[in-house]
Amino acid sequence: MSAQTPEVRSTEQLREKWMKPEVISGSEILLRSLLLEGVECVFGYPGGAVLYIYDAMYGFEDFKHVLTRHEQGAIHAADGYARASGKVGVCIATSGPGATNLVTGIATAYMDSVPMVVITGNVATSLIGTDAFQEADITGITMPITKHSYLVRDVKDLPRIIHEAFHIASTGRKGPVLIDIPKDVSAAKELFQPPGDVQLRGYNPRTVPNRLQLDKLCRAIGEAERPLILAGGGVIYSGAHEALYEFVTRTQIPITTTLLGLGAFPSGHELWTGMPGMHGTYTSNHAIQQSDLLINIGARFDDRVTGKLDGFAPHAKIVHIDIDPAEIGKNVPTDIPVVGDVKTVLEMLNPIAPAAAKADAWRAQISEWKGTHPFKYQDSEEVLKPQWVIEMLNETTNGEAIVSTDVGQHQMWAAQYYKFNQPRSWITSGGLGTMGFGFPAAIGAQMAHPDRLVISINGDGGMQMCSQELAICAINKIPVKIVVINNQVLGMVRQWQELIYDNRYSHIDLSGSPDFVKLAEAYGVKGLRATNKEEARKAWAEAMDTPGPVLIDFVVAKGENVYPMVTQGSTIDQMLMGDA
Amino acid sequence: MSGFKHTIAVLVNDQPGVLQRVAGLFGRRGFNIESITVGQSEEVGLSRMVIVTTGSDTTLEQIEKQLYKLIDVIKVINLSSKPMVARELALIKVKAEPSARPEILGVVETFRASVVDIGANSMMVQSVGDTGKIDAIIELLKPYGIQELTRTGVTAMIRGNAQ
Repeated sequence: MSAQTPEVRSTEQLREKWMKPEVISGSEILLRSLLLEGVECVFGYPGGAVLYIYDAMYGFEDFKHVLTRHEQGAIHAADGYARASGKVGVCIATSGPGATNLVTGIATAYMDSVPMVVITGNVATSLIGTDAFQEADITGITMPITKHSYLVRDVKDLPRIIHEAFHIASTGRKGPVLIDIPKDVSAAKELFQPPGDVQLRGYNPRTVPNRLQLDKLCRAIGEAERPLILAGGGVIYSGAHEALYEFVTRTQIPITTTLLGLGAFPSGHELWTGMPGMHGTYTSNHAIQQSDLLINIGARFDDRVTGKLDGFAPHAKIVHIDIDPAEIGKNVPTDIPVVGDVKTVLEMLNPIAPAAAKADAWRAQISEWKGTHPFKYQDSEEVLKPQWVIEMLNETTNGEAIVSTDVGQHQMWAAQYYKFNQPRSWITSGGLGTMGFGFPAAIGAQMAHPDRLVISINGDGGMQMCSQELAICAINKIPVKIVVINNQVLGMVRQWQELIYDNRYSHIDLSGSPDFVKLAEAYGVKGLRATNKEEARKAWAEAMDTPGPVLIDFVVAKGENVYPMVTQGSTIDQMLMGDA
Repeated sequence: MSGFKHTIAVLVNDQPGVLQRVAGLFGRRGFNIESITVGQSEEVGLSRMVIVTTGSDTTLEQIEKQLYKLIDVIKVINLSSKPMVARELALIKVKAEPSARPEILGVVETFRASVVDIGANSMMVQSVGDTGKIDAIIELLKPYGIQELTRTGVTAMIRGNAQ
């Protein structure tokens, strides 16, 4: 069964209806403007300051509104929708506490460059600044975590502001834009006229790169003996995965993809070295450290990737391709900077890029590393190993599902053992590392792709941060398969306490968690449990056969660690490999 | 390498909250603001901020790039990389019994500053100049007893046709 999403209604007729110049309220202007931006689904939660907006939505069916159980659920769902679809995610909340409940989700989207338009209500303009009931300066609070924000003071500005917000959110380096609408503005009547072209003098993202830099890069590829591509989320955001594939196959340069870049390149390809960084592959980390040419495509040299900066890729000439000039040279000094949209850059490069002809020995070395140092763990017949659970999910779905996660051990195991082959099928909070993100994000992803299999992989900690959204899965028949990797502990914190804090296990015991099967059933979602391999296979098969949402509580080994691991302050080739 | 002083001019949309955006960016990215001035520019709807900051060349490059990411920022110019005129205004209320006034007036005259108010036992001195000059006149007036002091921070422009 598929999620209930609205039919696409953007026919010319409807468009004409929306475009008709009429005197309507600010709230109706908002709804029409959203429709004109192509919005099909919004996630939200009503409250006093947005009642005019919700009143305008009464009986309104031109887009679907999903009522979550918490504003945090709404914003993460909008985020998941955006990541899975490539469209702008939209979220509505009321003023004050409604708006502040969005903060974590806005920061999550900002860190991972996710296009979102966040609409908050505010108290009437006459009350702003008086500490009125449910007033919060949400534009002020979110200024550091939005790409841009607006406080709408006049209903006349509303159509232009919404149009600008969508433009800003979805172009250049994408990101969340907040529109704060006071209650009197959403009530005020005004002649609606659809806005013209966006004109923002201070905003001209440069998409086309400097040709001379591309020529330099091509020369460097021809000369390199140990070249490596480091590809990140930017490849997926710009829709450049096909151009990247062509670039790799033409140049025959080995490629590592960051956590957010998983799915940008097929994991089965012989030139793919896996994920780099703190829990990355031996091959990727050693390849980075020994490379003589490192081509960063749409990644931002996050500290979880670079480890100790002083000593990162010490022999490499660094190339950095990014749409955001501020990323170039921010963490790692760059030899060949290329500012531009990743897709545009790769499409310009592909016809001129030479093969890395001097790199045969290097490719052989990488192939050898891949063979001798795969991810590994000690399997068990007595207890369920979390890595095995992920491998089972991968095998039974053939790597075709959309997978979302929270942050922690389960996230790293999913990144290591699930084999992604398509873009936009891996939804995870990389930059902010947000617990509670994965499950609502999976709901959003399922709204974007009603017919695809969506698996939400959670820890038992993160599952409890947004578990209330089980309700919307049940009510809206959103068929997300919810996997809880249950080790009764805050696993990643436990791992750090074991390895770095001398086994001092401070406040990580999650005993007292609810019975997840009963919790699911309490919301009307089917719940299953597995404690060994046989039960696990059976439960998963049953989940796959069940239309609608299912939660499976996989009770796994408690003391399992994520390996390899690079501890902080080490260079990335100084890896703890575990004892498997 | 954190001691270098840079003066940058930032042309911004005259929007509510734009000062907060710019100042907030400096704060959260750990950039230092030594002084910041804002006022109208030659074009309606645009304001010009002049910011004095300290940091290495790499820091300055990041500051410029990060400022450009703000939608309301239209242009960033590193003034101190070119010949520039930088001026600051200070008002200094100095204790001045009638007997001490001639001496104080001597200082004021030397610095081409001016007295803009006289009270029963104080004088208000206005001084315009580069930061060094203002620092110097304050030093010289200190012995008389400074009761109140306010400085505007630097505003600046590139000389003549230098680009």
